[in-house]
Amino acid sequence: MRRTPVVDGWFSQACPEGADPDFRLLGTRCTACAAVFFPPEESFCRNPACAGGGLVRVPLSKRGRVWSYTDSRYRPPAPYLSDPAAEWEPYTLVAVELAAERMVVLGQAAPGVGVEALEVGMEVEVVPGVLHEDKDTVWTTWHWRPLYGGVPAPEAGS
Amino acid sequence: MSGDIAVLGVGMHPWGKWGRSFVRYGVAAARDALADSGLEWRQVRSIIGADTVRCGYPGYVAGATFAQALGWQGARVASVYAACASGAQAIAAARAQILAGLADVVLVVGADAAPKGFFAPAGGERPDDPDWLRFRVLGATNPAYFGLYARRRMACYGDSPDDYARVKVKNAAAGALNPNARYRRAVSAEEVAASAVVADPLRLLDICATSDGGAALVLSGMDFARRHGAADPVRIRAVSTVTPVYPKTVLDLPDVATDSDVATDSGVATASAADRPAVDRPAVAAKTPPAVDSFRASIARAAYEEAGIGPEDLSLAEVYDLSTALELQWYEDIGLCEEGEGASLVREGATALGGRVPVNPSGGLASFGEAVPAQAIAQVCELTWQLRGAAGRRQVAGARVGITANQGLFGHGSAVVALR
Ligand SMILES: [Zn+2]
Repeated sequence: MRRTPVVDGWFSQACPEGADPDFRLLGTRCTACAAVFFPPEESFCRNPACAGGGLVRVPLSKRGRVWSYTDSRYRPPAPYLSDPAAEWEPYTLVAVELAAERMVVLGQAAPGVGVEALEVGMEVEVVPGVLHEDKDTVWTTWHWRPLYGGVPAPEAGS
Repeated sequence: MSGDIAVLGVGMHPWGKWGRSFVRYGVAAARDALADSGLEWRQVRSIIGADTVRCGYPGYVAGATFAQALGWQGARVASVYAACASGAQAIAAARAQILAGLADVVLVVGADAAPKGFFAPAGGERPDDPDWLRFRVLGATNPAYFGLYARRRMACYGDSPDDYARVKVKNAAAGALNPNARYRRAVSAEEVAASAVVADPLRLLDICATSDGGAALVLSGMDFARRHGAADPVRIRAVSTVTPVYPKTVLDLPDVATDSDVATDSGVATASAADRPAVDRPAVAAKTPPAVDSFRASIARAAYEEAGIGPEDLSLAEVYDLSTALELQWYEDIGLCEEGEGASLVREGATALGGRVPVNPSGGLASFGEAVPAQAIAQVCELTWQLRGAAGRRQVAGARVGITANQGLFGHGSAVVALR
């Protein structure tokens, strides 16, 4: 099976999921004003007070705090990747505020993390995950996983 | 006031779900608006259509489509698209033509025939389109964003699902009195609570449907209105179509992430950070309110400034209740109360018909469902009927001043102030 990121250049290439301490979301930073952009902005700085600088790749903070969360009880339409023959399993969406970047980044929660396991303000970390598998490709993505008391939770089953 | 324009005629095709051509709905609304104005189509020298979009492209360039259906007569034409704010952009363009002396009378039309189910982006592989990406990478539907806002309000302000149900109950009660609404039936809090969860904590009856419908306005200059015999017409005094200000730090459809608020350059970014309350600094992620100067609040503020009025002058408001929770957010953004206090207004009945300042006396999106390019125009139709004292059983007593508020995908502000 080929492992392919669902979107190019938004996160580091990971070893098999859950086992990569260096996995990060990747943004860009303006060399003139230090503004950070995610998804990575390649063309121009969007700060109107900035004359414009170079844009360099930067890893985003690994950890953040839950800004809000919800779930998807119904199958989203295409282009979301899912097997229409399989029974729909709701997943959880988490919006996470990164303190250093002062920005909020959305992502799906790690498998098995339901809305009842989350709270606004709770600390989470980014981990590699799988969005979808079809017959020859594993589509990889990022997930947010709660840190319980600063320690990563045991891998939730799915 | 020199910036005023007159609303000479309003018309709507009732909202529903029939799957007919949007042109039928738009033409029916246009004919009603023309009849209401006492003008004949050939007297109209400019027509502006709010575009109906299919597959991510304004597939029906609406201005000329409506002009052809009404009968070519050589009028100036424009077609505009700004998602949910398309109608406000059409009104803004009409107003600019009138105030610039380019046209005496302008017909504004918007109509839609909505697809079933979730709104989805165009097909194909389009990784450059943020709207496509949020579906591909996250499966983040519109209700998912509504769910995020609703949960955030519960954590920050103590809103409850019961408060959200109160909004639906209020809007359904008003919609039951509106012959143009799609849903004309009272709804109980128990029915809301019994409907299926779509995006936690929101249920089916917390989220607006997608609908077919059409709305139209005949607008003119004040001098033309007087010559035409309309001595005291409803006037539009302000149209706000502002964009956000960087850094936009509140998550918004269809974003995967907000702007970052760390730019070190002097200017906009740092000034905005410094304006935040001190308690916001160390605990950005904790239960602190959104930035005081949210995009939605700036939309209303621009309209108030242009009109020279404030929220205390309002008799009523029509706001974009894509979800019940979002209606409460709008109460705060249009200045009916302080940030975080929206739920108390609905609990007290202040925003119900008969309350201090009724919001969505039309029944709102809760009773209409969203017909995207028609919706901002329909909001102005309701203001007009209310300000004329012609709203029947849903009439707001003594209505003098109203505001509409709305927001189009990607950062299109939309607010109209009308008065009499
Ligand atoms: Zn910059």
